[in-house]
Amino acid sequence: MLNARALAATALLPLVANAQNQVNMSTGVSEAGAVITDLGVEIYDLHMLIFWICVVIGIGVFGVMLYSIYAHRKSKGVEPSQFHEHTGVEIAWTIVPFFILIGMAVPATSTLLEVYDNDDAEMSILVTGYQWKWKYEYLDADGENVAFFSNLATSQEQIYNTDTKGENYLLEVDEPLVIPVDTKVRFLITANDVIHSWWVPEIAVKRDAIPGFINEAWTRVLAEGVYRGQCTELCGSYHGFMPVEVHVVGQNEFDDWMAAKKGAAAADAALAATELSVDELMARGEDVYNASCLACHGANGEGGLGNAIAGSAIAMGGLDSHLSVIVNGVAGTAMQAFGAQLSDVDVAAVTTYQRNAFGNNTGDVVQASDVVSYKEG
Amino acid sequence: MGDHHHGPAKGLSRWLYTTNHKDIGTMYLWFSFAMFLLGGAFAMIIRAELFQPGMQLVEPGFFNQMTTLHGLVMVFGAIMPSFVGLANWLIPMMIGAPDMALPRMNNWSFWILPPAFLMLASTLLMEGGAPAFGWTFYAPLSTTYAPPSVTFFIFAIHILGVSSIMGSINIIATVMNMRAPGMTYMKMPLFVWTWLITAFLLVAVMPVLAGAVTMMLMDIHFGTSFFSAAGGGDPVLFQHIFWFFGHPEVYIIILPAFGVISQIIPAFSRKPLFGYASMVYATAAIAFLSFIVWAHHMYTVGMPVAGELFFMYATMLIAVPTGVKVFNWVTTMWRGAMTFETPMLFSIGFLVLFTIGGFTGLMLSIAPADFQYHDTYFVVAHFHYVMVAGAVFSMTAAIYFWLPKWTGRMYNETMGKVHFWVSFIGFNVTFFPQHFVGLAGMPRRIPDYALQFADFNMMSSIGAFIYGASQLLFLYNVIAAIVAGEKVSDEKVWDGAEGLEWTLPSPPPYHTFETPPKIEEQPAH
Ligand code: HEM
Ligand SMILES: [Cu+2]
Repeated sequence: MLNARALAATALLPLVANAQNQVNMSTGVSEAGAVITDLGVEIYDLHMLIFWICVVIGIGVFGVMLYSIYAHRKSKGVEPSQFHEHTGVEIAWTIVPFFILIGMAVPATSTLLEVYDNDDAEMSILVTGYQWKWKYEYLDADGENVAFFSNLATSQEQIYNTDTKGENYLLEVDEPLVIPVDTKVRFLITANDVIHSWWVPEIAVKRDAIPGFINEAWTRVLAEGVYRGQCTELCGSYHGFMPVEVHVVGQNEFDDWMAAKKGAAAADAALAATELSVDELMARGEDVYNASCLACHGANGEGGLGNAIAGSAIAMGGLDSHLSVIVNGVAGTAMQAFGAQLSDVDVAAVTTYQRNAFGNNTGDVVQASDVVSYKEG
Repeated sequence: MGDHHHGPAKGLSRWLYTTNHKDIGTMYLWFSFAMFLLGGAFAMIIRAELFQPGMQLVEPGFFNQMTTLHGLVMVFGAIMPSFVGLANWLIPMMIGAPDMALPRMNNWSFWILPPAFLMLASTLLMEGGAPAFGWTFYAPLSTTYAPPSVTFFIFAIHILGVSSIMGSINIIATVMNMRAPGMTYMKMPLFVWTWLITAFLLVAVMPVLAGAVTMMLMDIHFGTSFFSAAGGGDPVLFQHIFWFFGHPEVYIIILPAFGVISQIIPAFSRKPLFGYASMVYATAAIAFLSFIVWAHHMYTVGMPVAGELFFMYATMLIAVPTGVKVFNWVTTMWRGAMTFETPMLFSIGFLVLFTIGGFTGLMLSIAPADFQYHDTYFVVAHFHYVMVAGAVFSMTAAIYFWLPKWTGRMYNETMGKVHFWVSFIGFNVTFFPQHFVGLAGMPRRIPDYALQFADFNMMSSIGAFIYGASQLLFLYNVIAAIVAGEKVSDEKVWDGAEGLEWTLPSPPPYHTFETPPKIEEQPAH
């Protein structure tokens, strides 16, 4: 069906735009007619201003050219004129564009200054790019930061065409960023490995995430809703698979969400102190594996960008070397140091999972306390 | 010197040992066409994968290898050497010189290219695959996180740089020293002027590129940290160095194309180029400005706002001399007596589409708006309008224009016109919708995309296949002309053509202008 439609569209040329075939930049206004961000509207207006100036100049230039092609052709028997210079004209078409440019530079400058106005933020969020996910950390005045990773939620089956693609194919995550409406939020943007870029078109924020440096950006979203974006700097194999999903909610809803997050973090810490059953570890480990390991090591541990886990000498060998790879990563490869990304319980769970899934069947059970003692050396 | 009056040697040694500018020009042109087909094959793989959402043909990692090699091969293997080939053929014949000033070096600058590209292509077979970090190879993706083949990539870039520098020194030496008596600078054909300026740009920035890849090499193998914050370096430094090369590089690509268009439009308008002097000054102004705008590729890296403003204003300024060129070309056509043979069609195609690329360039120069455009398909559309419809269209026009002179045989005009229209339509079907998906939010360099981009991507892929296929027609037309084309009897070939090369027989003898020609009083342009 898609094919037929696109073929028809090719034939007709893309003059008709339906909702699916958006042809222009986000206007900064929601479908319901509410302004999403003032800055987004301003940037859209600037974009359209420059666009229309170009259209007018284009009509002039192409009009003259088309007329000339029509009227000044040899087949009409015209004699070529031999004029070939005119200083006045040359000066005119140097000066006039210059003034047009000044007309563009003025609004561009004022909008740019606004983009850079990071002062007076009401809350700050540290955004860190990882290969290939985002980490969000809400910086809390009391030091009780809430942090979590946000992974692609689209299934491998959808990507490899064995399952129907959902509406938000490739633009959905397991845990979205949540921010309160009408609040000036400052983003501190950095990266852990290579350069990424954090972009949400509808709120008009894009900033590169650079390892070792922290960039600033800000937004004040005026309309509640879900806004989606993607990484926009080539960051390796799965660059196309690390979306951004932002939920903008009312202040009360945000407070509830925040409280729940803090509660969950406390529960996690408590969990780390208890012994878990094999089944609990395996279930949790499978979730962690699917979110963090599967992209490189394969759905069945068969390997891919990374080594195979099934039958791996490391996953079936000594526990310390297995934990070393997971906790510290392998320098110079895509294998990251997950010790800094996952909680101790999650490391324990995924280690248990890898040692028993995919036919590895070592029967080993790894608890959070093992991970803690490994980390302490 | 005895062999000066002989023809070329026979067999392979003719090509291996030749120091003849025409032979070397021919080799450059064939080599660049082969690279054009290779880079095109990579593009076909990219567009086939992007035909529909979902992963179908290749894996994401391989997709990135394709985008990287496509860009590198097209820029360094197809476009740049093709214009060097054109310069070799034409500059001596246009300024009345017997050959290039440094013929042995000329041989070298060509012959180191094929091994370099062989090495680059061989990275596809290496463990870890070919470079997959984009033609802009940003660190640390291209250093700490690069596949082992990056070392071969670095070596290849070094060789290409050496080749380009030797080629440009040769052009500078030729133009400055070997003009026929009476051929003053302001009488030189515009193609010679644009190449002279381009050659200076090349000599200035290729060493910078060499510096960048050498620093990468150091970071990868010798423990330095130029581009790694962990060791006190800065990944953004890489981008500054790369674009200090990269922005002049885009003008290195387009200035000779400007030169070609400035030869062809007057010929088919039967009217001298309008504003010759202002064309020269505009070219020089563009070349100067190209050194102070590089960071417009980096608006989102978090530069201080004063830096952003400086680079934004400087970039906007480039529109002024670029506009002057377009206005001059249109005015050249005005009240001429035009005919529309294939070279003219491609030149008019250039004029329209390059201007559109200039408009999107102006939009991209507006920093706050670029926060929305940057690294999306809108940028991809922009640079294909200026590089394919700009550089490649003008190159195609040049081949059709001078082929009868070089070979003494005419190509098939109908087939040429079909080639133009299929290319023109294929090109626009491919790249026009990319403006839309880019503005709608599709990032570049992704192997799979959200569903709302599906229709336009399919359209793009169909257009790309059409454009790609039409190049085979071109190849056929050129070969058919060389082998069995109708002989041209006239020296001028085109009744409006002006310049010294058109005073020579078609085809010209192996050695031309062994005694310098007399330059008439009126300007040669
Ligand atoms: C009026 C003249 C032009 C202006 C103002 C202009 C401006 C720009 C700007 C601001 C960008 C950066 C966009 C971004 O990454 O966000 C850009 C990208 C680019 N431009 Fe232009 N441009 C002009 C003409 C040209 C020409 C003549 C060429 C080459 C023949 C060219 C080739 C490119 C390329 C290759 C890129 C993308 C590089 C990359 O990121 O891979 N541009 N241009
Ligand atoms: Cu540039």
